[in-house]
Amino acid sequence: MLIIDCPYCGKRPELEFAYAGQAHLVRPRDPSTLDDEAWAQFLYMRANTRGMHAERWRHARGCGRFFNALRDTTSDRFAATYRIGTAPPVAAEDAR
Amino acid sequence: MSRQRFSALSLIRGGLSRQVGWQAQWRKAEPKPSYDAIIVGGGGHGLGAAYYLAKEHGLTNIAVLEKGWIGGGNTGRNTTIIRSNYLFNESAALYDHAVKIWERMSQELNYNVMFSPRGVMMLAHTVHDTQVAKRHVHANRCNGVDNEWLEPDQAKAFCPLLNIEQNIRYPVLGAALQRRGGTARHDAVAWGYARAADALGVDIIENCEVTGIRRLAAGGVAGLETTRGFIASSKVGVAAAGNTSVVMQMAGIKLPLESFPLQALVSEPVKPVFPCVVMSNTIHAYISQSDKGELVIGAGTDAYTSYTQRGALHINMHTLDAICELFPMFRRMRMLRNWGGIVDVTPDRSPIIAKTAVPGLYVNCGWGTGGFKATPGAAHVFAWTIARDQPHPINAPFTIERFRDGFLIDEAAAAAVAH
Ligand SMILES: Cc1cc2nc3c(=O)[nH]c(=O)nc-3n(C[C@H](O)[C@H](O)[C@H](O)COP(=O)(O)OP(=O)(O)OC[C@H]3O[C@@H](n4cnc5c(N)ncnc54)[C@H](O)[C@@H]3O)c2cc1C
Ligand SMILES: [Zn+2]
Repeated sequence: MLIIDCPYCGKRPELEFAYAGQAHLVRPRDPSTLDDEAWAQFLYMRANTRGMHAERWRHARGCGRFFNALRDTTSDRFAATYRIGTAPPVAAEDAR
Repeated sequence: MSRQRFSALSLIRGGLSRQVGWQAQWRKAEPKPSYDAIIVGGGGHGLGAAYYLAKEHGLTNIAVLEKGWIGGGNTGRNTTIIRSNYLFNESAALYDHAVKIWERMSQELNYNVMFSPRGVMMLAHTVHDTQVAKRHVHANRCNGVDNEWLEPDQAKAFCPLLNIEQNIRYPVLGAALQRRGGTARHDAVAWGYARAADALGVDIIENCEVTGIRRLAAGGVAGLETTRGFIASSKVGVAAAGNTSVVMQMAGIKLPLESFPLQALVSEPVKPVFPCVVMSNTIHAYISQSDKGELVIGAGTDAYTSYTQRGALHINMHTLDAICELFPMFRRMRMLRNWGGIVDVTPDRSPIIAKTAVPGLYVNCGWGTGGFKATPGAAHVFAWTIARDQPHPINAPFTIERFRDGFLIDEAAAAAVAH
């Protein structure tokens, strides 16, 4: 089981958290101006990174808040967790 | 080299002569500078595609490139449940195409894949489950796919170890049974296809990882960079399961895939006690007994994407809790091994078997937690797609563009999981 460092509550077991997919996907400001291709990109296409992955977690059975994390998907080790709305502390690629 | 054929007689002869006369089942091929077509990924889907390319489309100057050993991916890690009772017409056609090939595969390949149609029973634990299962039964019948509804006592008659007491957390309210479903020997599928493809001239190249896709100025595929050098080919079919995103990224193609760990475990071997396959999507428990006697148990996926081929123990514990409640007799059974595979999951839980935006590049992926059952059917139509540069009618709906055009084949909504 992973130990995850919630930026608000500290280290807690994975069971308290819910995974919420790739981070930093910005919902289009004006969806009606998007064509189907762009909409499909936003809804369905994912980086599915092998290596350092920026992703969202939610401390569902704790403070209830969403936050971001950098995790190496080849080892499952977390490099960092950080608050929503802030940039990843290390560039995802550099951290590899 | 002429291939030894397996028969009852040859096995008896082998037994009497201390099993010394057996040949290698496929050559250890060295990569040639170029091929007419290359398959990336030596799992059942890739090896099968190579076999059908050679057998049905006359393409014999082809290679299968595998970064590890053949069958070392999900093909050799899965719980081998085979069934075709999917909800939608497109899925029923695809999976039943596979079941029909399973039924004659050992004869065709002259290799015993131990296909055992012992029946797959899917349990319903809630009113919602019951309604969904009955809807499947009716939809399947319209598609000529066998599936029948069983009341709890009928389910128990089919699988006597099943606990149908109504006082447990998730009581059994009934089950959908596909009698033509069952299991097969996972390794034998990889080996059988490898042997048959090799006999037709296909080069099976292990320890050869694809690291880049080289393109022509016009955009089409020129060949593959690999850990064993550059290999030219104008047609490349990718069947790399959990690593598909990584390989396709080499040609700049982004796919609607996420790769998750999926785990399984086996018990110590015991005498035959479990006559069928039982699955419960609601509580994530999948169980059958192998011919060696081990209980083969599948769990749900882990929560997060990963490439580690392992997962967390609490996922297995959750499944074992469910197994112990459904089959109290197994409470004192000891588990021998557990492992994980990496499964590539699409948003609608249906696969992609299609051409891509890059001419000469084809992909077979998105099988997620349930692609073993489809191996022969998918390999067959994938080979067709590669050879003719157009989909077979069966895989025509399984495009990448369906996500843009809104033609999802939403088995996710239909079943929540897709074993
Ligand atoms: C625990 C578990 C239980 C499952 N249970 C079931 C079940 O009961 N029923 C069912 O139908 N399905 C089940 N599945 C799903 C099923 O195993 C897969 O959908 C199916 O086996 C995929 O076959 P494949 O040939 O596409 O992939 P694989 O067998 O994974 O083959 C892909 C191959 O590509 C190779 N590869 C990857 N990248 C590269 C590269 N860059 N260069 C060269 N080679 C590369 C890999 O090494 C691998 O051998 C299960 C999966 C798991 C993990
Ligand atoms: Zn918290």
